Amino acid sequence: MWTFILEHAGYWAIIALMMISLYIAFSAENLIKRLVGLSLFQTTICLFYVTLGKITGGTAPVLLPADMPKHAVDHGAAGAAVDGHLVAGGGERVADVVHVYSNPLPHVLMLTAIVVGVATLSVGLALIVRIREAYGSIEADDVRAIDIETALAQEAKLESDLKEATA
Amino acid sequence: MKGDHHMILRVIAKCLIPLIVIYAFYVQFHGEVGPGGAFQAGVIIAVALILYALVFGLTATMRAVPPWFTRSLAAVGVMIYAGVGFWALLSGGDYLEYQALFGEPPGEHHGQHAGIIIIEIGVLCAVSGAMTTIFYALAGRVAEIRDEDW
Amino acid sequence: MILETLLVTAPDWAVRHSTVLIPIVPLVVAPVLAMSPSGRLAWLVSIATTAASLYFALLTLAIVQSTTGGVISYHIGNWAPPIGIEFRVDSLNAMILLIVTLMGFLASIFSWPTIVAEISKEKAGLFLCAFLLCFAGLCGVATTGDAFNLFVFLEISSLSTYVLVAMGAGRDRRALPAAFDYLIMGTLGASFYVVGVGFLYAATGTLNMADIAAQLPALGANRSVQVGFAFIIVGLGLKAAMWPLHQWLPNAYAYSPSFVTMFLAATATKVALYALIRWMFTIFQPEFAFEQALFTWVLAPLGMAAMVICSFQAVFQTDIRRMLAYSSVAQVGYMILGISLGTAAGVSAGLLHLFNHALMKGALFMAVAGICLNVQGTTLRDFAGLGRSAPFTMTAFAIAGLSLIGVPLTAGFISKLQLGYALFEQGWWWAVLLVVFSSFLAVFYVGRVLQAVFFQPPANPSKLRKEAPLLLLVPLWTLALANLYFGIDASFPAGLARDGAVAALGLEAFQ
Repeated sequence: MWTFILEHAGYWAIIALMMISLYIAFSAENLIKRLVGLSLFQTTICLFYVTLGKITGGTAPVLLPADMPKHAVDHGAAGAAVDGHLVAGGGERVADVVHVYSNPLPHVLMLTAIVVGVATLSVGLALIVRIREAYGSIEADDVRAIDIETALAQEAKLESDLKEATA
Repeated sequence: MKGDHHMILRVIAKCLIPLIVIYAFYVQFHGEVGPGGAFQAGVIIAVALILYALVFGLTATMRAVPPWFTRSLAAVGVMIYAGVGFWALLSGGDYLEYQALFGEPPGEHHGQHAGIIIIEIGVLCAVSGAMTTIFYALAGRVAEIRDEDW
Repeated sequence: MILETLLVTAPDWAVRHSTVLIPIVPLVVAPVLAMSPSGRLAWLVSIATTAASLYFALLTLAIVQSTTGGVISYHIGNWAPPIGIEFRVDSLNAMILLIVTLMGFLASIFSWPTIVAEISKEKAGLFLCAFLLCFAGLCGVATTGDAFNLFVFLEISSLSTYVLVAMGAGRDRRALPAAFDYLIMGTLGASFYVVGVGFLYAATGTLNMADIAAQLPALGANRSVQVGFAFIIVGLGLKAAMWPLHQWLPNAYAYSPSFVTMFLAATATKVALYALIRWMFTIFQPEFAFEQALFTWVLAPLGMAAMVICSFQAVFQTDIRRMLAYSSVAQVGYMILGISLGTAAGVSAGLLHLFNHALMKGALFMAVAGICLNVQGTTLRDFAGLGRSAPFTMTAFAIAGLSLIGVPLTAGFISKLQLGYALFEQGWWWAVLLVVFSSFLAVFYVGRVLQAVFFQPPANPSKLRKEAPLLLLVPLWTLALANLYFGIDASFPAGLARDGAVAALGLEAFQ
């Protein structure tokens, strides 16, 4: 029981963080806090993927000289070429690798996800700056109240316009 | 610039900024054999600029690296990346097929080398340009909050 | 027949690379537009770009229809799948690509007058850059065969959509909170999707959709597959504005620039729905027990709830754009209902409605955009009496509105009829009654507008009111006439929808 819980410590942390960040993103009235929740959620996803890609005892997934095919060593250890060999060699190449490497794919995916997260965050912040300029507040309930006022004022103006027109 | 008490900060920043940029290029080109790459390098270059802006002020930074330049840099970066793809198309390969760049037979890797390096340079331009543009856009807004209100 | 001529005349490189060029061309042109000094030039370039994408999409459709098996697989960088990224187009995506590129093309033609009226000319280049990015992202979602690549394209399109929606702030500042809410909800949706893909990757060790589909049956009732499936459905459902997850949509549609509303209404939710169909039918097969339960107990009730509740909400709106937005959610309900049947007839009815809905909502929002140019305001009262002062615009509006109700001889009738047949086949006659009831509500909300437009005197005669410019009338009438034409001879869209359903479900579903 305890070993099960401890072995999955990373996943427990991910679950907790996801819950917390979702709650922040939904419940906070302050727009910045909402964005913080959103960012936290995206970071937790990165944590999730990286946890998936971890192999016990694995090092950074860049081929060490011992594992390089002969040709690539002559070639000055070009990453792209080695990749090509790994693919071309298929299953049997993996068998004679000396070191254990972590799975690089989730890391690469998360590199993209981080960039997406940064872009989202900056668009969100830019929007908040504009909301602050237009409304003078970054509290969602204030903004909502101002919106309702505007809508009522518009309605009233339409009403008076209509009266003017018919009179 | 009032007050001399920022002097130490300024001198240290002046020493650090070139080092940061060099470190960025190290990360960029070392990405071939170790952890690193253009995403990180681009962000580090942007960090150097942001540090400059924090210490010397936004106007000085915008004079040194104008916003139109960073915006174009980001756009040019994307174009470099996509351009490699089209280059491969024109050389008769599939989109982004590095092997086709120089029309080499299998076994030769010059296209693979050149392709990934050009792509990484494109990413470097795009990321550093975009990060600085974001910084300019957010920092360049005139704050209507007075200093006492913070 | 036109498609065959296209295939014969196309150069070799276009035939070989058409799939990849659909999303890549706008993606490359977009940064150029960001640097363009002249807005008008940017506009012309954006038309040329969307036209190129439309050409490649038609070409792709022609290739898909002419090859046996009907699948084009393009390997990016010549890395064979499942390791490399694969662009994979079958009849299902080809149809969606046609809708997206066609709508993008028509939208970019009429964008200029609305940009001048609602956004400053200096920003036109950047605005069109964001539009092309959004367009490229949507095309990318519809072409890619890689689960994670789909997320990247989805985010490209979503991020530019947030920017486009926020551009409405020049006219109404409420666009800003609307864009922000959309950002929060949209990003959560995309993040849920990624979590789901993560679970599937953990279970299968691959990201290629076809490969995932091939590996899943061997796994059986695997918990992490089921969890991943749930996350993906919720995430894509958010993007597609499936009923309880649609809260971002009305405000985003009501306050964004009218050009953006038209483009989004005709494409964005459609593409998300496509992704949903792809996941539910091609990757997870409907034979899975948990998926059957989902169809019967979750999707079908949600679809019906959307049809009825959002139609009710639409009846009570005073702003025409909000009304149309709620109606959009209701129409998504029809599509979800069709899909949730899980039968060939149901899916093909859902797809047909998707196609027709793009045509009618495109025309409706385009007409509203034309009115926005001259009359500042989109409330029901602003529309009163417009039938006399802007007859061409409003007649097109009326045709599309009738199609939305589902009047015979319009496209909307055909797809609702198909949906009805599919429901009867399944024995869900009470669902047919709900469809009829919801259409009856549509009579109310569209009828209110048409009555105001054609039979009421203008509320405020001093306001300037005139016809929309020719640049807008041409695409508008193209769509309106398409609504009529496909209502009389539906063989083209019905064929597309049937082929799409075959691609989604596999051929044996039709025997």
